[in-house]
Amino acid sequence: MSDDKLENNKNNEENAMNATTSTNTAQPPQEAADQPKSSGLGDVATASAERRVRTEQPIGSGLEARNVHAWFGKYHAISDISLDFPTGTVTALIGPSGCGKSTFLRTLNRMHEFIPGAAMAGEVLLHGKDIYAPGTDVTKIRLKIGMVFQKPNPFPSMTIGENVLAGIKLAQLKISDKKELMEECLERAGLWNEVKDRLDQPGGSLSGGQQQRLCIARSLAVRPEVLLMDEPCSALDPGSTLKIEETIGELSKTMTVIIVTHNMQQAARVSDYTAFLLSDGGPGQLIEFAPTREIFTRPKDKRTENYVTGRFG
Amino acid sequence: MTIAEIERPNPAPVPRALETKPRISDQIFRSIVALGGFSSLIILGLIAAYLFFRGYSILRTEGLSFITGYEWVSSINSDGTAGSEQSTYGVGAMLLGTLVTAAIALTIGVPVAVLAALYLTFFAPVRIRNFLVSVVDLMAAFPSILFGLWGLYVLMEPGMYVAELLNKYLGWIPIFAVPVPVFLRSPFIAGLVLAVMIIPIVTAISREIFAQTPLDRIQAAYALGASKWAMIKNVAFPYSYSGVVGGAMLGLGRAMGETVAVFTVLNILYQANFKILLGAGGNLASHIILKFGEASEEEIKALMAAGFVLFLMTLGVNMLANFIVSRTSRRGR
Amino acid sequence: MTVTPIKPWRATKRDIATQIAVLLASVVAAYFLIANTGFEGRLPLVIFFGIFSITALAIISGLRRGKEAAKDAVLAGAAYVGLFALLLPVVSILWTVISRGTAAIYGGFFTTDMSQDPFSSPLDAGGIKHALIGTLWLIVIALIISVPLGILTALYLTETKGPGSGLIRFLVQAMSGIPSIVAGLFIYSALISGTGRGFSGFMGALALSILMIPTVARTAEEVLKLVPPDLREAGLALGATQWKTVALVVLPAAKSGLVTAVILGVARIAGETAPLLFTTGGADATNLNPMDDNMGTIPFYIWKALIDGSPEAASRAWAGIFILMLAVLALFGTARYLSRARTVR
Repeated sequence: MSDDKLENNKNNEENAMNATTSTNTAQPPQEAADQPKSSGLGDVATASAERRVRTEQPIGSGLEARNVHAWFGKYHAISDISLDFPTGTVTALIGPSGCGKSTFLRTLNRMHEFIPGAAMAGEVLLHGKDIYAPGTDVTKIRLKIGMVFQKPNPFPSMTIGENVLAGIKLAQLKISDKKELMEECLERAGLWNEVKDRLDQPGGSLSGGQQQRLCIARSLAVRPEVLLMDEPCSALDPGSTLKIEETIGELSKTMTVIIVTHNMQQAARVSDYTAFLLSDGGPGQLIEFAPTREIFTRPKDKRTENYVTGRFG
Repeated sequence: MTIAEIERPNPAPVPRALETKPRISDQIFRSIVALGGFSSLIILGLIAAYLFFRGYSILRTEGLSFITGYEWVSSINSDGTAGSEQSTYGVGAMLLGTLVTAAIALTIGVPVAVLAALYLTFFAPVRIRNFLVSVVDLMAAFPSILFGLWGLYVLMEPGMYVAELLNKYLGWIPIFAVPVPVFLRSPFIAGLVLAVMIIPIVTAISREIFAQTPLDRIQAAYALGASKWAMIKNVAFPYSYSGVVGGAMLGLGRAMGETVAVFTVLNILYQANFKILLGAGGNLASHIILKFGEASEEEIKALMAAGFVLFLMTLGVNMLANFIVSRTSRRGR
Repeated sequence: MTVTPIKPWRATKRDIATQIAVLLASVVAAYFLIANTGFEGRLPLVIFFGIFSITALAIISGLRRGKEAAKDAVLAGAAYVGLFALLLPVVSILWTVISRGTAAIYGGFFTTDMSQDPFSSPLDAGGIKHALIGTLWLIVIALIISVPLGILTALYLTETKGPGSGLIRFLVQAMSGIPSIVAGLFIYSALISGTGRGFSGFMGALALSILMIPTVARTAEEVLKLVPPDLREAGLALGATQWKTVALVVLPAAKSGLVTAVILGVARIAGETAPLLFTTGGADATNLNPMDDNMGTIPFYIWKALIDGSPEAASRAWAGIFILMLAVLALFGTARYLSRARTVR
């Protein structure tokens, strides 16, 4: 973003803040006629963007989706979605329910194909190579592109420690120091202090928020370059949600994170870029993709504006 | 205007006792249903009682050696004349025969059934799966005498061929050795036939249990980069293990109680035969049929006692099996 | 612009071609091995084919995509082996029944009994009439006894939910595992031995009922559980008594499922032989009275033919089984059709 744009935004923000404190947010700030109204989320987005400062070099490469379609049998679920997820960023996918966000997410690590009757079109590039190319080893792809699910799903037959290393065991990877890896992943997931004394208790004995962080730790153990998160906090209480959002922030320093969320405040808090998807009865489509701050302060598309200001969804 | 406060006499609410006296017609209905419901209990009790009662004198005479004894001699010959020997009744040899044939059946049948169930749950396309599930259910409904016929007329030859091969190359293992090269109608063949009979049951139960593996765990495994083999080994098997064991035990119960199929393909001789390729052996059920035709009154009592033992054995195995299977199916996690 | 959906995860043509090539090569290799060593026959051919093809496919997968893929290939191979081992007996049995079952059937097969001709006589004499009548009688009587008891048991478990329901359910399951010979022995010991009564069709029906009741009860319970509780509540809310609700609302709602339960019960007992040996015995002449004297039944007919051992008798046995299998298939088909009709509705 160029400096004067930043200046301009800052001014808008200040005016918007004044406007919001005195009247309700529906009142547009009195500026030039072509300024679209901003939402309170814009403040959140700006604040969080300024908090995040890039200090470390992110690893791996970003992920790119080109003209991705997906079908369930004859039902065309998502249509022509092209997105470039830059390295070391957090991208949020927002949109009303049923618009295909989760479906799209699952095409990114080839989980979509487990549904009987599933079909797709387009390409998903990792390191510039299409993960759907014939002859690709799909299990290796999933080691590089990890996923955290909506409902925490630690393996109940394994202890906490074993859960963290489950990915290593499943893929039969050779690791020199398992304990060190376990501690590192739990640290990064923000769970180490809480479970370091009870690593041999069953995975299911933790609270919901802790289980989800365990799942995050588990997916970190195989060293993915990209982490996909499918509404990871929707089943959790606000305290756990906050912890996980902090974790996401930490993770994005070294990998690319893509998070589906129906909670716009969360998208504003956590992401660098936001993509808005919408389905008008047909297949879900990408409406707009922009830095988070812009989506929430100056959305270009009218539909985006309607969504982020809460007119529908 | 002030409102006077009145003390509530009883601040804490107490639930009222609800009494419903059902109408006469319903009372009659409930009694009839209860009677019908308890019919199974009554029948099971009667079975145990009558078999025990009729066989009691023999059980008392023989004591524990009824189960452990290796001789079955009736002092009365089949033509009614008094024989020379004292009656001794012991089912030990036949119990061993039951266990041997059942063990062979399980060793061959359970792996096949589990592999087939794996195929049906994790490899088969949906349409084929539905068709094959119907086929398996149909197979479970085949009458046992059909297996006896098929075993005798179709399976015997290839079975004997395999037995000869086993004897030729693995005859150094004691169970595969034979004192005389008589391979016709051996416990091995009987075990094969029993295996084919129990495969449908074990497959059906195993398949149901595999299909209940929680999807979120399977997806978690795949998302971590697991291959299908790794997922099955680390997620599906641990979850399904006890249910499959329960299913195998149900198969065991069936194999232990099977009568006509074994009688047809096995040369029933009263001896404990561990050389499974040799054509001699028996199991408890087929022994009962063999002796029944020309049994004296005393021997019939012994056969009743044998039936009682068979009843207890299969009942015990089945109850345990059902308990294990229901515990797996009802598990929440 | 139209986009065509693709499934890039499906096996590519190259993969499939490789697999087919490997399979063919394994067949040839197995053939070669058999021809040059002491093995003979189809069985070793199949076994070696299996070993070669699974090993080859595993090695190829391993070379292409690593150890895990090789394990996957072995597992898939084993699963197919299991499938094959499951299907082979079924196919063989059905094939044998069909190919051998019709030899003994001639014009008069269904209208004569075996009272005039022994089982070893040429196949244009004697028939199965007595056995058909006997089996029919036994099924009818067993139905009369088992269906009410079975359905009442199911009602006890789902409607009345009286004390001991858990125990009863457990016992019903245990009862379905009783060996059929025990059922026959029980009836013999309780009602025939020592009483002076002889064998009869009725006794056989009693023994069969012991086997039929658990089947009917379990299936009926499943079906009754599927009736939505709202229906029952609607009936009770209208002021109906419980028995009226059950009789006029619940049972009709589960109608086709209950018929399925009955059909499965009949299929269970139609081919049972062992219990009949202690209760009904067998007769070669037609006996129309189920309460008195031995009756021929289809399973016993087959049993007698088996014991006889002559080739003619063997053909008769296959014919008997053929008819029995037709009946079982018909029953099963009807049950399937009914349950599908139920879910479509």
